[in-house]
Amino acid sequence: MYKKITIMTLFMLSLALVLSMPFAAHALDFKKERLANGLTLIHVERHELPIVMATLLIKASPLQEDGTKAGTAYLTAKMLSEGTAKRKSADISEQIEFMGASLDTSVNDDYTTVSLAVLKKDVETGFDLFSDIVLHPAFSMEELTRRKTLLAGSLKKRQEEPSFIAGRELIKNLFGDFSYGRAVEGSIESIEKISRLDIINFYDANYRPDNAILVVVGDLGKDELAQLMTRFFSPWQAAKKQTVQQKPVQAKLTAYNQPRIEVIDKDVSQANIVMGRMGISRDNPDYYAVQVMNYIFGGGGFASRLMKTVRDEMGLTYSINSFFASTLYPGRFEIDVQTKNESADLVIKETLKQVRKMRTDGVTDGELADAKDYMIGSFLRRIETSKKIVDFMAAVEFYKLGGDYIERYREYISKVTKEDVSRMAKKYLSDEDLLIIVVGNKKKMKL
Amino acid sequence: MNKTGMVHAIRRILLILVLIIPSYAFAGVQEFMLENGLKVIFIEDHKIPIANFQIWYKVGGIDEPAGKSGISHFLEHMMFKGTPNYGSKVFSNMIQKKGGMDNAFTTMDYTMYFQKLPSSEIQLSIDLESDRMKNLLLNQADLDAERSVVMEERRMRYEDDPKNILREEVAAAAIKVQAYRKPVIGWMEEIAAITRADMAEHYGIYYSPDNAFIIISGDVNPAELMPVIRKKFGVIPPAGAKIKRLKTVEPPQRGERIVYRDSETAEVPSIVIAYHVPRFPDKDSNALDILSSILSGGKSSRLYKRLVYEKRIALSVNADYEGINRDPYLFSVEATAAPGKDIKDVEKELLDEIAAISAQPPTKEEVQKAKNQVESGFVFARDSSFAEALYTGMFEIIGGWKLRDLYLEGIRKVTPEEVSDVARRYLTRENRTTGYLVPKKAGK
Repeated sequence: MYKKITIMTLFMLSLALVLSMPFAAHALDFKKERLANGLTLIHVERHELPIVMATLLIKASPLQEDGTKAGTAYLTAKMLSEGTAKRKSADISEQIEFMGASLDTSVNDDYTTVSLAVLKKDVETGFDLFSDIVLHPAFSMEELTRRKTLLAGSLKKRQEEPSFIAGRELIKNLFGDFSYGRAVEGSIESIEKISRLDIINFYDANYRPDNAILVVVGDLGKDELAQLMTRFFSPWQAAKKQTVQQKPVQAKLTAYNQPRIEVIDKDVSQANIVMGRMGISRDNPDYYAVQVMNYIFGGGGFASRLMKTVRDEMGLTYSINSFFASTLYPGRFEIDVQTKNESADLVIKETLKQVRKMRTDGVTDGELADAKDYMIGSFLRRIETSKKIVDFMAAVEFYKLGGDYIERYREYISKVTKEDVSRMAKKYLSDEDLLIIVVGNKKKMKL
Repeated sequence: MNKTGMVHAIRRILLILVLIIPSYAFAGVQEFMLENGLKVIFIEDHKIPIANFQIWYKVGGIDEPAGKSGISHFLEHMMFKGTPNYGSKVFSNMIQKKGGMDNAFTTMDYTMYFQKLPSSEIQLSIDLESDRMKNLLLNQADLDAERSVVMEERRMRYEDDPKNILREEVAAAAIKVQAYRKPVIGWMEEIAAITRADMAEHYGIYYSPDNAFIIISGDVNPAELMPVIRKKFGVIPPAGAKIKRLKTVEPPQRGERIVYRDSETAEVPSIVIAYHVPRFPDKDSNALDILSSILSGGKSSRLYKRLVYEKRIALSVNADYEGINRDPYLFSVEATAAPGKDIKDVEKELLDEIAAISAQPPTKEEVQKAKNQVESGFVFARDSSFAEALYTGMFEIIGGWKLRDLYLEGIRKVTPEEVSDVARRYLTRENRTTGYLVPKKAGK
């Protein structure tokens, strides 16, 4: 049952990703403060269930790592739970799993998170372990070697996935040496070069209380949390020796003047097609209009034009969708679709036709109203559970969306006009500089 | 309403109000029964103004006639293709316009449709679901287009996913008679052959109020919604004796079965070992659950520690037991070899660990850890009103949602000796089917 719940959570998360966005301002009471050591603390009390969720967001990602040693940020995060000054790797997992709790780390293009989910009755032990792995990781040589071998093996296995190969090729072409141009896990070659010292230096430079946000949601009162913080997080101080943070390099826009297709031969039954170009950063003023435009075009699930034409009418795919990865620096716009090898050509033609139609004809009043209604109406679902709230609040703080973001979201979406949407389509949906990567059976595809 | 009318109403709707369960497993549940056999279950949760509507049809892979594998799943797709009242995909568009989301999934045992909506909009679900329970169009042109979509889904999830294709082969080899031998999505050749008449018959038999139940969870008021549900669903006639149940019994396995699956795309070999086991609420079921957790529930579990951490011969390892089924199914253990490692060595380590736990009971701490994981899983599930409804429904499908209490009680009672005992009796050589995924690149 426990395992099924985990699978279910993943299932729901993936649904949220596909169809995320969304109702009236349902205010969320939170308290935000900056602790003496510089750590930003956000607290949301929810006493309905005896559970506590905490997410520590650290501003550490491939953005700060040495590109020749890609995967440093990822390995650093994964090494946290592989032993501390006083606990062995096996002791950490044993204690967490004995409580039926979870303590996980993840890394994306912009930041690292360490997340704890624990029953209220076990919150002290949970915070003890949580703070221990963040404050006192041992980074032992033996554990690092083991982790690197395991990671290299997983990366080799991922070569089986045509979508992984296609996605990797797309970002490499769009972003070049910039960190958004590579998988956060790095590559088999790059992780080989990462030494224990590299991990320690990356940790010392980036894992600092003044460079982190802690969000705690659940069955904890103000005083209870204050005591936990004093005991477990007040000893956290920045390392004395700090390495200089690397300046992220901006990606350059490539103009192809016509769609460029790259085919990678692989003996699979479906062609995996990804199309992409440069998109926008999260703080771009166009963000909300772009989201409305993309909902209509390819982001709105069964309501989107791509789904209606390529799946519903033509029956050529199970799934087609588009998104703007709106990151700290300008991210990518991407369309993903799979179809049997024989119809790859037809799917590409139809998708490009839809891109051009969006640019030349704009959208109807009905489409605009539907998109805005969905985005405003579904917003509440983003803060539906404690798990969702904890991650949502961390991202709101990281991307500086403002303490009144939940209240103002409706206004941001409401003011988007049909003209805005047309402008966004012309600005960001070019078919001329789209890069198209196709991983499929070359002999069967008519490309 | 006069007195006679009120008594009549009380008879018509059987109301069972269940008090909050002593443990923290689930909150209060209310259950109603319509005259036509449709059960309605409410799980109130007022944390946030969102509601979930789920309608569960007791039809899945297990109910499919020979040669028609995948028809239940295909029909699930067709349920989004419209009725005379609402055209194709209008359903989803209307839900999304209200800020909601909807989807559906099919398993071996059931087909479940769900919507998540602002709670003020939940009547929309009642309108739309009652409409498509009886008025589905099943246009030939829609059917043909959707068949291609289902085939693409099969290519994506199975044909091009080496691990899933191996699991499919192992189930088909391990199970000779019983319906769980077929994949829920169906064999490609059979998806191709399903006709509109087949589909209409399947829909006519299984999409009826007496073969379904509704679960509504979240910020809702049963007293407000029941009159609407009665009005919309109460008029749909029951299928009664039309509902067919295929009764198949799997003969005991008398020797190891081995299956190889070559793969053009696999980078590393994998192994799946499956054993026939009883289902919940058989007396051995809870111990099998604890056994799977001790073997692979997290990084501190036996198989992870032995194969991934200490010996470093596997990239991943998992033991899986799904006992909440309509018929008995399989206990499976699977692993993916680390690059350059021999799958035979991986197999030996898996079997050695199984032999060890069969010979010597696990420690009390290992058993307690597994129990704690089950209990906390139930508490964390309540964070999401969707998950809460889902677990309620899974037990309702196999006989009644109250079985979840029996399940938890059973888990609490499992002893280390019982864990060892079920391993010894079920995880045997003669009850085993072993499947190997053979990457073509590497040679066998």
